[in-house]
Amino acid sequence: MEWKLFLGKVIGNVWATKKYPALNSLKLMFVQPMNGEYIKTDEPIIAVDTVGAGPGEIIFYITASEAVIPLPVDMAPVDASIVGIVDTIHNEK
Amino acid sequence: MFLGKVIGTVWSTKKDENLVGAKFLIVRKLDLDLNEMSDFVVAVDSVGAGEGEVVLVATGSSSRQTHFTQDKPIDAVIMAIVDKLDISIKQLIEDNADE
Repeated sequence: MEWKLFLGKVIGNVWATKKYPALNSLKLMFVQPMNGEYIKTDEPIIAVDTVGAGPGEIIFYITASEAVIPLPVDMAPVDASIVGIVDTIHNEK
Repeated sequence: MFLGKVIGTVWSTKKDENLVGAKFLIVRKLDLDLNEMSDFVVAVDSVGAGEGEVVLVATGSSSRQTHFTQDKPIDAVIMAIVDKLDISIKQLIEDNADE
């Protein structure tokens, strides 16, 4: 199955003054991808924050060209966007 | 996006005509401690990055979402130059699996 939403944890901020103009006013965050058992699954990535997440929070994010959809601009070179903050994970296991 | 460091330039005279005017830079991936990893990509520059700078690279179909790269055979674009990083939660996620 191909997953379209991914879980991750925000681990830090990135400051970039000089960026592609469409990205002005967007916040960039370091995200550590993880699975439902809080185990990291991949190398950290950088994602645009659209929901106001902060370091330490568990979030979910989308990747690829869909990452541009939640942004307030038509076109932006963004391949990962945070689209939700997780309150709790209920895992049957 | 991933973190990378510009380590060089690629010159190419004979290329797809859509790519005329593009600036190709060699970007080496970095880990969270800014150590260079072995992977690298050749990316089109959209922000005016120079050698030695730490940059963000967007890959895949998203890299064609700039006015210059739209509908062109490009799959990596430099879209920001990093000023500062703040990794406030450094421990691995495995460490707090009990949370």
